[in-house]
Amino acid sequence: MDGINRNEEGYLTDFSQWNKEVATNIAKECEIDLTDKHWEVIDYLQGKHKNEEALSIRGIKKSGVINIKEFYALFPGGPLKISTKIAGIPKPKSCI
Amino acid sequence: MPKTNVKKMLFILSKATLENVYAAFIMANGARMEGIEAEIFFTFFGLEAINKSKLEHLHVATVGNPAMHMPTMLGGLPGMEALATKMMKKEMEKLDMPPVEEFLEILSDSGCKLWACKLAVEMFHLSEKDLIDDLDGILTIGDFYNRATEENTHMLFV
Repeated sequence: MDGINRNEEGYLTDFSQWNKEVATNIAKECEIDLTDKHWEVIDYLQGKHKNEEALSIRGIKKSGVINIKEFYALFPGGPLKISTKIAGIPKPKSCI
Repeated sequence: MPKTNVKKMLFILSKATLENVYAAFIMANGARMEGIEAEIFFTFFGLEAINKSKLEHLHVATVGNPAMHMPTMLGGLPGMEALATKMMKKEMEKLDMPPVEEFLEILSDSGCKLWACKLAVEMFHLSEKDLIDDLDGILTIGDFYNRATEENTHMLFV
């Protein structure tokens, strides 16, 4: 992970540095082995970020990609926080 | 950023005004999103928030609420609560805040436990069939205290 710019919480500060290897390494730090389903969610999150749409747990519910129960199971310990970190995008600022 | 020491949040919701219900729901959901366990105990009027026939009809309190910035007598006029509620719901929709029923589903799916208070259920002559399907059960306050099984559990009365 040398040369990858990250903030104090471990989020990438430059999305252009993101790739699957970087994602896999961040996931390892969070004790997560990425499966196809994880990649599908990451793709969804990055798409939302690209379109400048705010991320929320309600949005996950409506996403059609994953339901909330699975989301919590895939990214235990704070799903939106952890999944966005792996996806290389900023931590969501919303309270909901 | 340092990691929180809070492990579990237990909420007691005793009121069914929209502002109190949302405060409890947002804090409980916020806890789950941070990886903190969360449970809500619905007691007294708080039961309305999990009563199937009541939960979509909760109101903002316009009387006895100084932050409404309207004279108490005005707040008591017919239709005033409905108007204030409508306005608040509109603002909440703008922020993508889910309606009560959907919020309860989100909480339950997120692993937040939802409990009804046994004494209040009996007092209001309710039974399990009156309450939401996602309910985890009906407990006494003693049972609820016993949900605090680990260090760094906090209990909050709303």
